[in-house]
Amino acid sequence: MTMDSERLKPPGLWARVFDSDIWYSFTRSKVIMAAAIVTLLIFLGALFAPLIAPHDPFDMASLYLMDSLTPPMWEAGGNPVYPLGTDDQGRDILSAILYGSRISLAVGFASVAFAAILGISLGLLAGYMGGRVDSIIMRIADVQLTFPSILIALLIDGSVRSIFGGIDREQSAFYVLVFSIGLSFWVQYARTVRSSTLVEKDKEYVQAARLIGLHPLRIMASHVLPNVMGPVLVIATINLALAIITEATLSFLGVGIPSTQPSLGTLIRIGNDFLFSGEWWIAAFPGAALAILVLAVNLLGDWLRDALNPRLR
Amino acid sequence: MLAFIIRRLVQSVVVMLVVSLIAFVMFRFIGDPVDQMVGLETTVQERELLRQQLGLNDPLPVQFWHFVSKAAQGDLGVSYQFKRPVADLIGSRLPATLELSFVSALFALLMGIPMGVYTALNRESVLSKLFLTISLIGISLPTFLIGILLIFVFSVYLQWLPSFGRGKVVDLGWWSTGFLTVSGLKALILPSITLGLFQMTLIMRLVRSEMMEVLRTDFIKFARARGLTNRAVNFGHALKNTMIPVITITGLQMGAIIAFAIITETVFQWPGMGLLFLQAVQNVDIPIMAAYLLLIALLFVIINLIVDLLYVMVDPRIRIEGAEA
Repeated sequence: MTMDSERLKPPGLWARVFDSDIWYSFTRSKVIMAAAIVTLLIFLGALFAPLIAPHDPFDMASLYLMDSLTPPMWEAGGNPVYPLGTDDQGRDILSAILYGSRISLAVGFASVAFAAILGISLGLLAGYMGGRVDSIIMRIADVQLTFPSILIALLIDGSVRSIFGGIDREQSAFYVLVFSIGLSFWVQYARTVRSSTLVEKDKEYVQAARLIGLHPLRIMASHVLPNVMGPVLVIATINLALAIITEATLSFLGVGIPSTQPSLGTLIRIGNDFLFSGEWWIAAFPGAALAILVLAVNLLGDWLRDALNPRLR
Repeated sequence: MLAFIIRRLVQSVVVMLVVSLIAFVMFRFIGDPVDQMVGLETTVQERELLRQQLGLNDPLPVQFWHFVSKAAQGDLGVSYQFKRPVADLIGSRLPATLELSFVSALFALLMGIPMGVYTALNRESVLSKLFLTISLIGISLPTFLIGILLIFVFSVYLQWLPSFGRGKVVDLGWWSTGFLTVSGLKALILPSITLGLFQMTLIMRLVRSEMMEVLRTDFIKFARARGLTNRAVNFGHALKNTMIPVITITGLQMGAIIAFAIITETVFQWPGMGLLFLQAVQNVDIPIMAAYLLLIALLFVIINLIVDLLYVMVDPRIRIEGAEA
């Protein structure tokens, strides 16, 4: 009797998580668990940068030019106050990396969100409305898809900066970047959502919603949308790594985040100028941080895609 | 066959028209062209005269037509920063970029295909695992970081190879080549590895997965049953059938290589089109940006067209479908 009643009790949230296929495949691979831990550590480090960073790299008053270009603490001439050394302005590299990954991740998340919202809306519209709306949206997507996203991001970046040339660079750089990266990534979402919408819109529940006279926008938002979101999450995870790389590349090329509020890419660009004079640590540590972050997020994205794809099981 | 080619040509023209519309909108509406050409003391009358001469008062469709017909004749306007015709600037930078892209693509193919075949045939060997790990890193590391890493190891630390520029170039008429001098060839090594590494990993993974799929099919089993040597089965039968997707991806990646050259050229200060384009983006030199967009679009369209035609030649099944449609 007791066993029956226990079996009938619905499992709690955590029980369901630990019992799921995804959790099982997660615990099966040590690499994935390591990637998840590394990602979590970097996220936490970026989130709590003001609390854990030993110095504030943006506080000009706390910088000593005397301490500029200090090597890492284990090299000759190193200073334990600056564990990974300092750059040419005397900024602590470790703190700069913590604050920099904060900016890199912020741009990454914001541009993925922007691309996803834009792509999902256009994909829903194209799939549900069909006809001319569909063909216009999908032709634009086709043309854009033939160009690499970095080229599109550069073109949009250049155009936007010229239109809003009068606005302060430091203030606008973040939004310009999110806009250009987001606009260069929307196509993938739109295509995926459109094809799932085409399948969903002929099902009975959508027909029923249409029959009771709901507005098409309402049907799209509250009936079709929840059923096409699955693949979108996977694309978003894989895109996060790509968005972080694109931000770093644009900043490295000198059209991204300015050096007063450096992101990881900006830090590497600054360090690149000192590579030949022997100050390797200025570029090396931000570079390693970027590489580890991207690799970990990529691994998670690949794993999530395989774990959620029933055909591969 | 003819219908197929005509349909593809029409599609290409439509894509080019859409891209030139975008280039025209950039050219015309981002920053006033007159403001960029005249000094501060120019009077309103002189500005108006210039406006009239440039045709900026014409109806927009007429302006677009002028823009397209001039671009088709190679007149792409005058650069704001250099005050020289954009076509001349791009023409002088084109050889550097094309040589770099060509060598990178060659590197990607010559390394990627054998590595892909090897990892597909010896799935459990240590070397295969090493190749796959390298390919994961190659996909995850941003291009500019690979370039910096190579410069640090081979130029700063070992001092074997130059880290910037093209070395000594030889002028062959309007084409300046780095292929004929030792310093020119040495200067090519690091940039082309940087640029080709991503494509190499892509080709390797593609060849590997296609090869593994083909090796499972019946005609391979039959070929083995006939007693053919491993060599004949693997290369004569299996590899031959993986080539179609490889041709497509390589073709499409050629365009990506030329676009990603922007990053490599910046890291290595390679005097090509990409560096010119990046300077244009930094200084908001719209004519160069618009011209570069048009040129890249043209290259992409031509490459896609060639890939499609190659397809038809390699795979007879497509030829039949194309003839029916």
